[in-house]
Order: sequence, then C-alpha cells, then structure tokens
Amino acid sequence: MKYQPVIGLEVHVQLATDTKIFCGCSTKFGASPNSQTCPVCLGLPGALPVLNKKVVEYAIKAGLATDCAIAPRSVFARKNYFYPDLPKGYQISQYELPICEHGHLDIEVDGVGKRIGITRIHMEEDAGKLVHADTPGTGDDSGVDLNRACTPLLEIVSEPDLRSADEAVAYLKKLHQIVVYLGITDGNMEEGSFRCDANVSVMPVGSDTFGTRAEIKNVNSFKFVKQAIEYEIERQIELIEEGGKVVQETRLFDPNNGETRSMRGKEEAHDYRYFPDPDLVPLVISDDWVEDTRLGLPELPAVKLARYQDELGLPLYDAEVLTATRELAEYYEACLAAGAPAKLAANWVMGEVTRGLNDAGLAITACPVAPGQLASLIALIDKGTISNKIAKTVFDEMWQNGGEPAEIVEKKGLVQVSDTGEIEKIIDEIMAANMGQVEEYRGGKEKVFGFFVGQVMRASKGKANPAVVNDLLVAKLKR
Amino acid sequence: MELFDLTIHELHDRLKKKEVSAVEATRAMLARIEATDGRVNAFITVTPEEALAAAAEADQRIARGEMDILTGIPVALKDIFLTRGVRTTCASKILANFIPPYDATSWLRLKERGAVLVGKLNQDEFAMGSSSESSAFGPTRNPWNLECIPGGSSGGSAAAIAARQATATLGTDTGGSIRQPAAHCGCVGLKPTYGRVSRYGVIAYASSLDQVGPVTRDVRDAAIMLGAVAGHDPLDSTSVDRPVPDYTKSLTNDVKGLKIGLPSEYFIEGLDPDVQQAMDRAIETYRGLGAEFVDISLPHTDYAVACYYLIATAEASSNLARYDGVRFGHRVSDPTGLMDMYCRSRAEGFGSEVKRRIMLGTYALSSGYYDAYYLKAQKVRTLIMGDFLKAFETVDVILTPVTPTPAFRIGEKVGDPLQMYLSDIFTIPTNLAGTCGISVPAGLSRDGRPIGLQLVGRPFGEEEIIRAAHAFEQATTWHQQKAPL
Repeated sequence: MKYQPVIGLEVHVQLATDTKIFCGCSTKFGASPNSQTCPVCLGLPGALPVLNKKVVEYAIKAGLATDCAIAPRSVFARKNYFYPDLPKGYQISQYELPICEHGHLDIEVDGVGKRIGITRIHMEEDAGKLVHADTPGTGDDSGVDLNRACTPLLEIVSEPDLRSADEAVAYLKKLHQIVVYLGITDGNMEEGSFRCDANVSVMPVGSDTFGTRAEIKNVNSFKFVKQAIEYEIERQIELIEEGGKVVQETRLFDPNNGETRSMRGKEEAHDYRYFPDPDLVPLVISDDWVEDTRLGLPELPAVKLARYQDELGLPLYDAEVLTATRELAEYYEACLAAGAPAKLAANWVMGEVTRGLNDAGLAITACPVAPGQLASLIALIDKGTISNKIAKTVFDEMWQNGGEPAEIVEKKGLVQVSDTGEIEKIIDEIMAANMGQVEEYRGGKEKVFGFFVGQVMRASKGKANPAVVNDLLVAKLKR
Repeated sequence: MELFDLTIHELHDRLKKKEVSAVEATRAMLARIEATDGRVNAFITVTPEEALAAAAEADQRIARGEMDILTGIPVALKDIFLTRGVRTTCASKILANFIPPYDATSWLRLKERGAVLVGKLNQDEFAMGSSSESSAFGPTRNPWNLECIPGGSSGGSAAAIAARQATATLGTDTGGSIRQPAAHCGCVGLKPTYGRVSRYGVIAYASSLDQVGPVTRDVRDAAIMLGAVAGHDPLDSTSVDRPVPDYTKSLTNDVKGLKIGLPSEYFIEGLDPDVQQAMDRAIETYRGLGAEFVDISLPHTDYAVACYYLIATAEASSNLARYDGVRFGHRVSDPTGLMDMYCRSRAEGFGSEVKRRIMLGTYALSSGYYDAYYLKAQKVRTLIMGDFLKAFETVDVILTPVTPTPAFRIGEKVGDPLQMYLSDIFTIPTNLAGTCGISVPAGLSRDGRPIGLQLVGRPFGEEEIIRAAHAFEQATTWHQQKAPL
C-alpha cells in the first residue's frame, strides 16, 4: 500500500523585544543566571503580569504578514502544570481566543506552488532553564536559571496541510524568512529563537481520514526537521505494515542518530486546566492599531521577489538570491538608490560582495564596502573609466583599506586607456617583437589572437580598454 | 481616652497640635499589643523596632511641616500584604519564613504618607476561611468574647481594631473577608469595587474577586484609608484608571431622599432574631433621617455561594501552584526526587482547608468538567452582576445584614465546611458582582456580640455607601462601644 504523510507544524518564535512579555526585565541572551529577574518573572507571591505592548505589535505584524485576521478582542489564559523551570506553576498563553487566526503562507517545492493554512498565532511567555547536576559547577544539585522565564514567544500553528518533509522545510524557511524580515525576531535557531514541533501522521493514499499522529518536540534546525519527519514517516509506515498501530504520543528527536523516540504517551499527557487569566484584562485591539501597524510593515520577501523581476528586470535566480534576507536586499537597494544600474549592481552584490563576505565570515551588515561606495565603483565601470577587471582590483583595495573608488583609481593611475594612438603604439611594438605569431594568425590560426590581447593588456598594465584593443588588433592583424 | 483608643482623625489632630508625638503614640500601641495579644492573637508578627524607627521619622516629617493625615498613625496589615524585609506568612506554614523583597502597592502608599507599621495580622490561611481558625499560627479570638471567632479571613485586621491594637488596618475581601469580621468585631470594614485598589504585592487567593480595603473604628477613618490606597497602579492590569475622589467629602450626614433597596432574598427565615431586630432598628433610623426604602429582588442570590466556591477555588488552585518548594517557602529537607519534593513540601506546608480548596478548584477546571463547573459558574456570575445592576436602576444603595448570625464559637463549625461557607452568604454576591460594600456597627446581640449592617453600592459607588454609612453612624452610638478587653 502507498501512504500519504500528513504534517502540521507548531513554530515557536522568540520575539526580539528589549524587555520581557509581562515585566520590565531584559531579554538579553547569555547573562549570568537569574540576573535578569524580578518578582514577576520569579513568580513571587503577590506579583502580577503587565502586558508588554511591543509584543502585541509584533504579533499583529506576524499576523498581517501571514494574512491572518487580527482579533479585536483576545484573551490570555493560564496553562497549568508543575515544572521547576515554570515559576508560577502555570504558563500565561492564549487558548480559546488567540490574537491571530485564519492565515496562510504560499510555498513552492520543485516549482509547484501550494498554499499552507495558518490556524492561529498566539502570544505566550517562555519558561526558564534547568541546569542539571552533571553540568560543571553545579555540584550535586540541579539549578534553575529564570533569565529566560517570561521572554515573549509567538506560537504559529499551521493547518495539517503539509504532505512531505520537503514541504515542511519549505514552509519553515518561508516563515523564518518572513519573521526575520519583519524584524520581530533574530531568528537564531541555535539559541532557540525559532524552534518547531511537528505533528506527523500517515494515511493510505486516497484516504480522507488522517492517521493517529505523533508530536515531535523542539526541533531546532531545518536539517533536523527534515530528518525527524522523514524518520517518523518511515517509522509509522513500517509499524502499520507490520500490523501495528501508531499511538498518540509525544516524541523527541535525537540529532545524534537521526531517530525519534517516545517521550510520553497519551495517558501521561497533561491536563493543562486552561482558564482565562484573571490577572490580565482581555486584550482589545482597535482597527487603527492594526492599520498603523500595516503601514509600518516592511516590503515582504514575496512582494520584493516579484518587484525585482517585474520592475528591475532581474532574472528569477538573482531576485531570489538578493531577497533571501532583508539585510542583503537593503544593501542592494541602497546601491540602486545611489544610482547603480540594477543588473550591474546585482552582479556585484551576488559576486564580489558575497564572495568577500563569505571569505571573511562577515554578515552583510558588517560589509566593509558601503553600498554608496560600491555604486560609485559601478558608475566608473559604466562610464568606461575603468574596466571590469580593474574594478575588481579597486574593489579589493576598498575592501582592504577603505577609500573612495575614484580616488583609488586616480592615485594608482588605473584609468582605462581608450586612446587609439597610444594603444596602436603598443600593438605595433608587440607585433614587431612577435612576427612568428603574426604569421601564424595570418595563416589561419586565429587562436593566437588571445595571445596578442594578453600581451597588449599586460603591456598597458591592464589599463587598455579591452574593446578598443580588440578592434585595433583585428584591424592590424588582418591587414 | 487612651492614645490607642483614638481614631485616625483624632490622633492626627493631636499629632498636628504637637500634644503627642508619633513615637509616643506608637509606644502606646506597642504596649497595648503586648498587654492584650496573648489573649487575642491578632498578630502573627509584631515589629516594634521598625515601628519606632518609622515613628521617629514621622516625627521629623511633622517637625518639618510635611504632615499628611496618615503621618505617624500606627497601622497594621493582614499578613497577606507583602512588606519588604518583614516576614509575610499568609498565615501558612509554607511561607512561615518568607521575607519579601518588595512592598505591596497599597502598603507602599500608606508608608509614603508616613504611616507606621506595628505588625502583621493573623488571618485564615491564604485568606481561605470565615473564622481565622485555619491560621497556621493559631486562631484569633474575638475581643468582645474570647470564646468566639473574630470572623475571617481578615480576623486579625478586625480583632486588632476592636482590641485597640492599631489605629487602622488593611484587610482583603474575596467573599466577605473584610466585612464579615468587621461586623463580628464591631468595626467599620469597607470592600471597594474590584479594580479600585491595586492587588500588586497582595498574595492572591482568587484573583478576580480579591480586593484590598480598610478596617477602622469609624466611617471617616475608612474614607481616609480608602483615599490613601485607591487609584490606578501600572503594576496591576486590573486596577482601574479613574480619578480617586476625596471620600471625606461624602461625610455630609445627609441621606434625605436616598433610595435604599431591601432585597427580599436577604431577609430570610432563620436569620438570627438579634440580627433581624438590629436590621429593623436600622431601617427605622434611616427612615428618621429621610431615606426612602424600596423592596427589591436579587433573584440569583441562592446560587452565589455555589458559584463563588467554583470560581474562587479554581483560581486558587492555579494561584497556589507557585508554592512548590523550588524558589521560596517550605521545602522538605530530604526529597528523594522532584515529585517527592513537590508532594511532601505542599502536603506539609498547606493546611487542610487550603488543600480542600486546591482540590475543589483543580477538579472544577479539569478537562471534561470545565464547562459544567467553571464555565457555568462564570455564567451565573454574570447573572448575579445583572441582578445588582438592575437593582441600581431604582435604588442608590442596598441594605442587608452582613452575616446571618453574630460571631459563632471557636471550633463550632470547623468540622462542617458547608456551614462555615454559608456564613458568607450575604457578602459573597458583592464580590461576584465586583461592586463595593461596607459594614458598619448596628447593634449588639443580647449576650453582647456585635452585629453589622451592610450597605452595597454601585460599581465605583464608594462615595454613596460612605455617605449612607456615615449618616447611620452619626445617628447611633454603636461605633463608640468598646470591646470589654
């Protein structure tokens, strides 16, 4: 029998606000344990939560970017369970009335487009972190670090619309790109700023009844998501083929062997006893707030991709590369704003700039050559002042030591020679010194043409305008 | 009159005229506590050193001419208010050694005005009870009759006023926990509208019902205290941002034309005859002052107690989850693992009434029962609110007894939780409706136990109930009677 996998994803996005969701403590990563805490995030008696408005704004942004309806009234609820990293004995989340619902995201796998439904987006607080006894410096006891407690999260829940691990990864990448574009998260997957739970089931092809699902918890890289889902699909199919039954359970992915293993079964599942949090009033969002937020949204990657092709005339490949991150697109657009022609600028950003960044291990935001400088360099090429080849030399100089391209060209005497008289003189000298090759060429061995070009360029220290050299060489050799 | 007998406004006048210093007033109060609390047990913690230091500071303020009405006034707080550096137990073993790192907003507001804290008051454990018998620090006794309970949960707050151990106190009221003990101890107790006073730093029992309020010797003092603690607090999202009036301006002694509602559901058979008689007398007093009476109905009253015990316990089951032995409070010394640490720390730390309510609430919120219990109770709550709002279309305030009987004897209802729960039958609906109520002394039973009169007002109608309570007080002498202690 053939099987059809069915996948739904729950993504947790840590929001990049300066302070926590219900108190004024810093959200900075890596501070010494429990140094970023207060009565509220420690869950001390008598402490009460106060909602951080920025978190709501970020949630609205995420909702608008995924075509969700923004609820005019949403409610925070308590999710009750005991765990040492959960100071209050409950997590403040949203349950029955989340802030965003009924959205979607369009993905593409192997050239085939597909729309994936987004069930809901809700806000919640993160828990702290346990430091176990086997960690150096903890002695025999386990410790609790509550710096992360109460940091804001969005949970973005998809419909079970995904049908393969590749679709799941495409969805995640798209979602990651959007939330990073929105500037609402740093998107750092290693630090857990973007992590995913996958609900996976399989059913016979043609069936319309979903199989029993297993939930794979906390997978934090695209690669692992693919591995985990593929493993899980295979595991479930094998199980069914052998006459077994998939049980509803929570499973953990082990990156060391690429397998998932059972964490807890349905019978051990928590009854979270959700109820509306009486410490927080219902969140009321006005139409004005939504519209103001909409106006403040950046151009989203899908729109940018279309515009780069339609308005700038870039090929799909270029448009995809340049819109991959908001920072790269901003760099590119700054070049255009400084007057660089679209395609030439695209070639430089995708070529020299990207290569330089990769070699130096730098992010585009730390690029030593500013977009305005790159635009000036491109202008020199465009005007014929320097050749593309010389431009690369100038670019290297700019990268290493800084400086404006025009000044570097001037100082190093790199201005391109287009004066036919001067170039003719060089050609004559070279032909005179290489009569053998001249004869070969004239005898029909046109390959030696390249030899002459090379010689002329070398003699001119690369400054001769290659087009002029070509024309003159042809004329003189053919004679 | 001894210094400890005075009201806030009387002591303020003497401090202002420099007839007495804040240190002298505080010393008198501390001596009074020393002399009487062995019998009453109103205090869990007395803070003489901190009090005398604060009093000395108050005297300096007075000398500089920076005096507020509360400067130098000895006050005490129910042990549910967090006080920085001063042990706060909530009358529970689980917090027996908890020293808070911050102050409750309401206490901070009193402190900033120069009030002097003389100690922390006994109560029912986690404010769960109507008799102050569930305290892990032993029961508080009623200064009017030491064999009787002072009421609860703010039993210490009322007993300390009746025993003249503090000039004014703060309590909290979730289902009657200010008004009922005030009635049993012959003092004034005011439960403000939900959202009027910040709950920040007040240990939560049932968050949607808990409200901070004063217990005092007279209505003027209640108006002064309410004015001091009321108002929006950015740290409490449920505190309401609306201006705080000068409540002492409502002390007009004029109730002519005031429309007072008498709900038929509150004047039931089985009402103690002394209580009934006190109510009849009060109605006559008001008639004499020119008020008008209207018979009204609050038809969902019968469901209030059941509704309350679902909502309050549900919220409590969640609010008390944080007492897990991980970060603060009682933890067993020899846990064999995480679950063992949780179970035994809580089993040892919580008393039986607290455990009973945690279990009730956990059950009410459980999957499969939520709709039938918690959700249904919320719907009933909406109906009860509707009863009050409808009544206030025709009346200005509602008059009822505070309790069906005067204070019962210690131990009398401990074995029968349901009977205990029913002692709050007349106060619980106010909390469910989120509105305000005040208890004023309205008589004594034949054997000398105080009886209270309750006036319930519109949401944020504190001015009206203060006006009505004050006029009654001025026309009677009950508030001048002293407990024989």
